[in-house]
Amino acid sequence: MASATRPGGLGSWLDERLGLSALREFAAHKTVPLHSATIWYYFGGITLFLFTIQVLTGVLLLLYYRPSPTEAYESVQFIMTRVQFGWLVRSIHSWSANLMIFTAFIHMFSVVFLHSYRRPREITWLSGLVLLGLALGFGFSGYLLPWNKVSYFATKVGTDMAASVPIAGHQVARFLRGGADVGGATLTRFFGFHVAVLPGLTTLLLVVHLGLVQRHGMSSPPWSEGKKLSQMNFFPNFFLRELMAWYAALAVLGSLAALFPWELGEKADPFAPAPAGIRPEWYFLAPFYTLKLIPSHVWRVEGELLGLMGFALLAAWWVLLPFWASNSKGAVRTRWVTGAGVALLAYLVTFSLLGYFR
Amino acid sequence: MECHANMDGTLKAPVTDYANDIHARHGFSCADCHGGDRNADDPEAAMNPAKGFKGHVARTAVPALCARCHSDAALMHRFKPQQRVDQLALYLTSVHGKRLATGDTAVANCVDCHSVHNIREVKDPLSPVHPLKLPETCARCHADAAHMQPYKIATNQFAEYRTSVHWEALSKRGDLSAPNCASCHGNHGAAPPQVASVAEVCGTCHVLFEEMYNKSPHKPVFAAMGGGGCTICHSNHGIRQPNIGMLAGTGAVCAQCHDATSAGGAAAAQMAGLLTKLDTALTQSDAVLNRAHDSGMEVSEPILRQMDGRQAQVKALVAMHEFQVAAVAKPVNEGLAVAAETRRAGEKALQDRDSRRVGLALSLLTIVITMVGLWMAIRSLESKAPAVPKPAGR
Repeated sequence: MASATRPGGLGSWLDERLGLSALREFAAHKTVPLHSATIWYYFGGITLFLFTIQVLTGVLLLLYYRPSPTEAYESVQFIMTRVQFGWLVRSIHSWSANLMIFTAFIHMFSVVFLHSYRRPREITWLSGLVLLGLALGFGFSGYLLPWNKVSYFATKVGTDMAASVPIAGHQVARFLRGGADVGGATLTRFFGFHVAVLPGLTTLLLVVHLGLVQRHGMSSPPWSEGKKLSQMNFFPNFFLRELMAWYAALAVLGSLAALFPWELGEKADPFAPAPAGIRPEWYFLAPFYTLKLIPSHVWRVEGELLGLMGFALLAAWWVLLPFWASNSKGAVRTRWVTGAGVALLAYLVTFSLLGYFR
Repeated sequence: MECHANMDGTLKAPVTDYANDIHARHGFSCADCHGGDRNADDPEAAMNPAKGFKGHVARTAVPALCARCHSDAALMHRFKPQQRVDQLALYLTSVHGKRLATGDTAVANCVDCHSVHNIREVKDPLSPVHPLKLPETCARCHADAAHMQPYKIATNQFAEYRTSVHWEALSKRGDLSAPNCASCHGNHGAAPPQVASVAEVCGTCHVLFEEMYNKSPHKPVFAAMGGGGCTICHSNHGIRQPNIGMLAGTGAVCAQCHDATSAGGAAAAQMAGLLTKLDTALTQSDAVLNRAHDSGMEVSEPILRQMDGRQAQVKALVAMHEFQVAAVAKPVNEGLAVAAETRRAGEKALQDRDSRRVGLALSLLTIVITMVGLWMAIRSLESKAPAVPKPAGR
């Protein structure tokens, strides 16, 4: 370190231009509270690590992928069978996407149960939820890109749902599809969303989210407020532990990719009938199954529309959690929030399982 | 109609049945077949012989009665432009028609197959002549030993047909194009196919098989024996799924005529050997490819290529009807080449799978060693500088 700041050395040269000493100073004083739930702090970092893997493998896939209905499937098949380690890159990209959404959900619920959304972290919560929404958008748009039978019909079902939203539903569906139905224009559009629009927005939001985390530091749970907690240095203690977690994630990812390579399936045929038992990716299963349970009409309202309105209200209620979680005196209603978190988690797990097995 | 609707039993039945009759839908009434005054309310006037009332129609008169309309092209065109009008002409050439002309009223006429007052279109699944129902309709008489006894006709056709591949296709798979009685015997011109023309009858659907058979040494031999063609090996009504065992081994149909040591017997055994070899090779390739696929390997291209091998197998089975070993060997060799290629691809995929697993094991070992190293570094670090308690923030 001393050499980095030695007058006339490279460190000094960079420090003068980039202000590295301020960063070093910040890192040296950044600490992480130690308590029974410290382990949950690692999941934000694991999600970030998996996102980085997504970017790297995504760039590699871009070298061979061709976004057109006549070439998309064949190009993915080429990647998997002819390109050296192409199967591994594609499989890691697909598995990592699913693991990233899974760890993002763990991260979100850990924030809820540790009540880390409370003042002054409301915007951190909001930016995190937008990031989760963008991750789901990545999943939805990326699912279509191999242009196989299951992804084609799942996209058809997904965009049909958008069409049932009142007033602007048809325009939204048309915008997503690039036409009246899912076709070549949809594939091009989804590719654009997947590799340009969503990465741009995600990077922006990620900078805001991480910046706010640094700005406010690591949150301590409400039950430790006022108590003395042992503090772990972020650098190098927490960082080395986080590195271990990343290695563990890499081991899980590598094992899944090597033992259960992501299947390509059959090429999409828009004129073929929809395959039986079609269902979306696991993270959309809970709303999908809920919509299946709602009758076609409740009173005079269309069932699907009613379901979508219910989801919109639920999402709004969840997004506004930091604002309804505190009472007029500023105290957090921890029991209410924990109860709501448990209820939402139970709903997501139960309905996802029902959607998968039924 | 009004009077008979208020009667009981057989006098009421025609009115009840007629509600679903195709003729009722087109505006025909009782008087169109039975004569009489359709507008009269008084039964005496309505059924007045002076106004053409015929009452019960004699069985011998039925075909001609139906043909008054059904042989009238101009009339039929009004109701169904593509309807044939040659039913009576055909019927008169049939065994049924010829015997009826001699006064035998026990043979089938129009109403025996189509029903009397409840006649439906052939495509109506409730019609007795719908493809799915026709075999049972024919069997009503032809499986009735008492009915067939005067004609000295066997009554096992329907029972045999129900063991055939044709019945399976028709009844289990719902394939309405699968052969039923009328496909081979004709419908209105129903007659047994002459033994000499059996191959032609089968060849109406099995075109390539007929072509091969016509080139085979069997054709002139079977013709000299009095015909029989396809049925000599495959039987007539109870046609089972053919298999390689029909060529050689116990129960081989070839062995009915060819001694195993004869040239014909040796050729049959050679062809059976070639076909078995191809089937085994393709089945083994399938198994390897399925194992690779189940392991998550991308083998859709060799699986697709495997279809060429199965196609060659079909070609070989067709070529077998030429009864020349060379004709069978050509597609068999093509199929064997495909099977070898797809098997190699499947085995390569399985090798790749194993290599991946070895690579994974090495990677996991490296990861675990790195993690242990990191953990030791953390322990060493924290033993020198333990965590310091501070007041917790928000």
